[in-house]
Amino acid sequence: MSTPSTSRSLLPSGLKLLQWGLGTWTALVFAFLYLPIGVLIFYSFNTSRLNIRWEGFTFHWYERLASNEPILRALQNSLIIATVTTLASVVLGTAGAWILYRYRFRFTGAIQTLVCLPMVMPEIVMGISLLVLFTVLTLPLGFTTVIIAHITFCFPFVLVAVQARLQGIDPALEEAALDLGATPFQAFWLVIVPALKPAILSGALMAFTLSLDELIVTFFTANAATRTLPLQVFGLAKTGLNPMLNALSAVFIVSTIAFVLFSEHLRRLARPSGAPHS
Amino acid sequence: MQALPTAASARAHARPPKVVGWLLLAPLLVWLAAFVVLPLLVLLVYSFCQRDDLGRVVFSFTWENYERVFSPLYLRILGRSIGYAGLTTIICLVIGFPVAWFIARQTPARRNRLLLLVMIPFWTNFLIRTYAWIVILKGEGLLNALLQYGRIIAEPIELLYTPFAVLTGLVYAYLPFMILPIYVSAEKVDGSLVEAAHDLGAGPLRAFSSVIIPLTQPGILAGVLLVFVPAIGMFAITDLMGGAQVPLIGNVIQNQFLRARNWPFGAALGVVFTLLFVVTYALAQRRRRRHA
Repeated sequence: MSTPSTSRSLLPSGLKLLQWGLGTWTALVFAFLYLPIGVLIFYSFNTSRLNIRWEGFTFHWYERLASNEPILRALQNSLIIATVTTLASVVLGTAGAWILYRYRFRFTGAIQTLVCLPMVMPEIVMGISLLVLFTVLTLPLGFTTVIIAHITFCFPFVLVAVQARLQGIDPALEEAALDLGATPFQAFWLVIVPALKPAILSGALMAFTLSLDELIVTFFTANAATRTLPLQVFGLAKTGLNPMLNALSAVFIVSTIAFVLFSEHLRRLARPSGAPHS
Repeated sequence: MQALPTAASARAHARPPKVVGWLLLAPLLVWLAAFVVLPLLVLLVYSFCQRDDLGRVVFSFTWENYERVFSPLYLRILGRSIGYAGLTTIICLVIGFPVAWFIARQTPARRNRLLLLVMIPFWTNFLIRTYAWIVILKGEGLLNALLQYGRIIAEPIELLYTPFAVLTGLVYAYLPFMILPIYVSAEKVDGSLVEAAHDLGAGPLRAFSSVIIPLTQPGILAGVLLVFVPAIGMFAITDLMGGAQVPLIGNVIQNQFLRARNWPFGAALGVVFTLLFVVTYALAQRRRRRHA
């Protein structure tokens, strides 16, 4: 897994050249990835309305953003949906992972494939198939339908994260708890869940972000009153340049950076104690 | 990843489920059956239905929708969608592979820092990242302003709403999804194998094609799936970057369900797309198995 540092210093010169080339390429790709985002943040502070020329520094667009009724409502919708989705996904995902781990089901392979299906399925197929289902069930589109849809594609991510963590847990842990007089539920709740905590947390974080970001499935399962933030952004972006959207993007990007740093922190906490900290 | 325990020892703790086990598993199975399997079945039924003049679905059997899906017009759109998705995948692979390989060859500390730099665009909402390109490519956008400033062009040219813009948007959105899985594979490759290939006289190309590519194949395969499948059906990016100029399958499906209100035809397109997805995954699975 680790590359011994000695081998790198003894690289033949051809390889060194290759390394240099790869490094330059990587730097260019990072520039490609970050320049557009940087441009967006930069122009969110520009006084000019629809002009790309820099005309002066302002917080005006952020103020406009903070008082924009439709955007605030969309944000509220998104937060409600993401919170409920996360809670349900954590319960369904954690319990599911534990039960699949603890029991030897026939068809375990088939069940596992079925669990993974919503993660890999094209979003548009999921969106239209849920739309026709809700129509057949005469379930009106709204919070319920969006949340059902979001739970369906979010909980497998929690389940898989918890499953990965379960691989590293001593199977004797549960048995010890049972031998000491715990009921199976107590053993799960008091012994297993605490041991799974980092995985549950990072799974929850992932579910929350996925739900907050999702556009396509939401597009087909929401109504006008439950428009989420991505739907709102999609509508605004269609109409062209909009400095308020620059400000909103900057907010999105900064929160994403915070999210990534936080989940990296969680990942380090989750690492087994023997592994080196870097 | 550590060496995986053998199947027997890994499953030693697991016991036969009896009734309790199945009961505990029931909520998960019911959820998946109700909201994954059942919707797909309903979609399949819809695809054989007709619609009346008001756009309502009439449950009487017809092949008409599929005949329309396989008519030259829609086959061309389907082909174009696969073409765009394929091109996006290839460009992402060519751009992303060296990056993933380079990051995997760094010291752990640097590796983590570079990886964070990939994670940030990976998790940034793709709409926001697409909008960034609108700001750059629009008629009154940044690139045009720069080109005019540099006296390269006199009048703004339309960069947005072109196939080039669509492709840029798709590559920009999906590039991190290619880099990450390849990195995971590349990180596991023992660097001394590559050096051994060089020591044995293999040129960079030879080492690349007969050592590096086979060893990172699982990552490449995963990356291709993560980019290719979503890119086929992505209507938001093609809408924003392509306007109505380049209709792709995703836009057509979306249109059938919203404006045209021809759900049965939209369902038939969805079913064909699902089959395409299943075939792609089955092929990838077979390749993976042959590789293992």
